[in-house]
Amino acid sequence: MTPQISELWVYLSASPLLGLTLTLLAYQGAWWLHQKSGFSPLANPVLIAVSVLVTLLLLTGTSYQTYFDGAQFVHFLLGPATVALAVPLYTQFRRVRAMLIPVIGGLVIGSITAAVSAVLVARLFGASLATQLSLAPKSVTTPIAMGVAERIGGIPSLTAVLVITTGILGAVGGRYVFNALRIHDPAIRGFATGVTAHGIGTARAFQESEQVGAFAALAMGMNGLMTALLLPLLLPWLL
Amino acid sequence: MIAALTQLLVFQLIGEVIARGLNLPVPGPVIGMLLLFLALALRGGPAPELQSTSQGLLQHLSLLFVPAGTGIIVHMHRVADEWVPLLASLLISTVVTLAVTALIMRLLARRTPAEGQS
Repeated sequence: MTPQISELWVYLSASPLLGLTLTLLAYQGAWWLHQKSGFSPLANPVLIAVSVLVTLLLLTGTSYQTYFDGAQFVHFLLGPATVALAVPLYTQFRRVRAMLIPVIGGLVIGSITAAVSAVLVARLFGASLATQLSLAPKSVTTPIAMGVAERIGGIPSLTAVLVITTGILGAVGGRYVFNALRIHDPAIRGFATGVTAHGIGTARAFQESEQVGAFAALAMGMNGLMTALLLPLLLPWLL
Repeated sequence: MIAALTQLLVFQLIGEVIARGLNLPVPGPVIGMLLLFLALALRGGPAPELQSTSQGLLQHLSLLFVPAGTGIIVHMHRVADEWVPLLASLLISTVVTLAVTALIMRLLARRTPAEGQS
């Protein structure tokens, strides 16, 4: 690099502007591709944006810490977004009352299945204890999952990655699983997606229909709460 | 938008204070969500401003996961060492959870007398 360009690089790589702008650009590009693919679940915008950013950071030798100094402004919004979930939760509450028993059954069984199956399969395949604990809250939305991981002795930042991978897998696979099982009820499709694949599944569910999305949002909120309460109690039995 | 954003942050802050103060296992934003839900129930629904701001935030929920997802870069070693159990666990657990949740709900929906369903 010529001195001028390298000076510019030194300045930019030390300021939060670059990480923030790159995050938004990568997401815009990923969204454009997602749209071009006809909203194919395989072209998941989170997966594409993360792949682009990881490649860029590796190629330029930029540390995650430097990147995150800028990207934290986006990351911070997860907190208020979690609080904001109360709004769809409230507006959908009447529809939920008609489905109260299936919703509660699906929530309790789904929440336990998500944590227990993740830990048991990981142990069966020889994962370390820290990895098993980081996997346990993988089906709940990132801010809750990271908080739970910290409480139970997992690695919060690893949990974040596992949560996002789970969300992408659930968003991609949901349609195929439900069709194979001949599950057509939009309330059930949405709720099961939200329990399994939190916000990324919910983003996907809103593309299927408003009702599917509403039930997914509801499931994400309820499962976040359920897992945060249940997992610390369940864990002694599991380990 | 600013008033609604302030409202969301205030609820998050109260949630955080309660979670830390009482040493609860639940993260602060979740308590904030519960409190806001109660406030909406008491008030009889969200103000239009809160409605549109929440919608805006939740519409781009996917974006908010990107910085944390990029954190995989820090865990390359662990992922390389343990990719078999990680992949097996995530794949199997995701499919099993989707299927079990949907099947139990269908079973329970059949046993409940159908309301508003044909």
